[in-house]
Amino acid sequence: MSSGSGSRNTEPWGSFDDNLIQGGGSAVIDMENMDDTSGSSFEDMGEMHQRMKEEEEVAAEAAATEDDVADDGEFLGMKGLKGQLGRQVADEVWQAGKRQASKAFNLYANIDILRPYFDVEPVQVRNRLIESLIPVRMINFPQKIAGELYGPLMLVFTLVAILLHGMKTSGTVIREGTLMGTAIGTCFGYWLGVSAFIYFLAYLVNAQITMLQMLSLLGYGLFGPCIVLLVTYNIHFHFLFYGLWLLLGGLSTLRMVAALLSRTVGQTPRLLLCGTLGLLHMLFLLYLHFNYHTIVEGLLDSLEGHNMAPMQRVARDVPEVMLNATARNPGMLLKVVS
Amino acid sequence: MAASEEASRPFAGLSDVSIAEDIPVEGDISVPVGPSRRDDEFSTLDEPVKDTIMRDLRAVGNKFIHVLYPKRSSALLRDWDLWGPLLLCVTLALLLQGGAADHEDQGGPQFAEVFVIVWFGSIIITLNSKLLGGTISFFQSLCVLGYCIMPLTVAMVVCRIVLVISSGRVVFAVRLAVVTASFGWSTFASTAFLADSQPPNRKALVVYPVFLFYFVIAWMILTYSPQQ
Repeated sequence: MSSGSGSRNTEPWGSFDDNLIQGGGSAVIDMENMDDTSGSSFEDMGEMHQRMKEEEEVAAEAAATEDDVADDGEFLGMKGLKGQLGRQVADEVWQAGKRQASKAFNLYANIDILRPYFDVEPVQVRNRLIESLIPVRMINFPQKIAGELYGPLMLVFTLVAILLHGMKTSGTVIREGTLMGTAIGTCFGYWLGVSAFIYFLAYLVNAQITMLQMLSLLGYGLFGPCIVLLVTYNIHFHFLFYGLWLLLGGLSTLRMVAALLSRTVGQTPRLLLCGTLGLLHMLFLLYLHFNYHTIVEGLLDSLEGHNMAPMQRVARDVPEVMLNATARNPGMLLKVVS
Repeated sequence: MAASEEASRPFAGLSDVSIAEDIPVEGDISVPVGPSRRDDEFSTLDEPVKDTIMRDLRAVGNKFIHVLYPKRSSALLRDWDLWGPLLLCVTLALLLQGGAADHEDQGGPQFAEVFVIVWFGSIIITLNSKLLGGTISFFQSLCVLGYCIMPLTVAMVVCRIVLVISSGRVVFAVRLAVVTASFGWSTFASTAFLADSQPPNRKALVVYPVFLFYFVIAWMILTYSPQQ
């Protein structure tokens, strides 16, 4: 055993002997030393260099002491070899894993995919907001629908904020859920769900509209309801709400319907598509208003008395219509009317 | 001696394969083994724990001061950290807890709500500003938005103190004034840091979500009413 150590320092790249004799247990080490013919592999060069360095150190130690440090030196060499090899293997595995992960990340989580849809100027957004309330009567030629997502996304978030305000001021209590979760779920669910549904119907009747355009159209179509809710969550005057519902809700629905009509061929498909969208949009605004509304006595019981959903809205029993502090004075007049 | 030579002879021929000794080999083979030892001189491992903590605390405090007096500086952006936002978010969430009508039902979700709003709101605003062509990095933006919640947290503390004393119309007016002022301050402070990283004509597009974000938080603070 110890005789093998003597020949260790004769070759610059290290010898087989000690490793063959002592390194029988580890296949990695065996393999590492078996094919050491080319010397061109990266690891081998590194191995060589490192082993040479370690051997020099060990040799210096061995020369300094008088013990039988051959065994210790060999042991160190073995351990140094194993440790250094282990480090390199670990390093390689880490690099490979990192490469894989960043490739997957760049493929799936790349936000640059969405970048073209956010390429807007503030002036464009403002114009589109205003145009969303102006129906265009040209239905024989496909109308241009902007394919952007910034405006719709901001409008959905604004609607969430307005809904939160409405829920708070109406004293809605939500059990087994949170106010924020309900608001976000409602708004995003409507935007994404109804867009997908109408897109599916459009696909069935072969209408010329893409998913992006549908998302954009419906998103901008939420501008009218935003205004209506902002006003009517603060001033609870029923006729005001109905008037605004018909006016602003109707205008934004008409705009969306006209855009869809211009891209659909055939009477029945047009009726189906536009009827569905119109109905859903108007009903959504109605739902949002009445759901988070200060409760007039008896109204909620009559609507939801027998079907208690898991997420209950508990009515506050108020004997008269309540108004915000902002509109308390005109409210005295309105109380009689309502 | 002879035995060792006998033993090494079968392998003697193989010993000269890779590098022949008579041809000098020169060059630098850099070995990528183990962690680099460049920053040994900057190693902070040996310093006392007090130094480490004080350094971090000083950095956080420095950023708080920058939020209080928002000038166009890059201090918040250069060395971002998320300690301040975490601290502020937890403080705000704890203070907002227990303010619902049926507080025994909503004690838990209230805390989680604030957390979710703050962090997901910040993430969405950051993504939005990146998609609009911003040059700021993800965590820098999170850092700025989180630190700029500080005026609103201060307003929350003031509101709670005022509500302990009394509650009524005057108190509501005071709270409204304080919350509005701090909301404006937060928005102004964050735009002072974030606006520079945007193309000049799109600043409004970035400012609006920030406005909405702080508006929602300010609204939560304003409508907080303590349990009866």
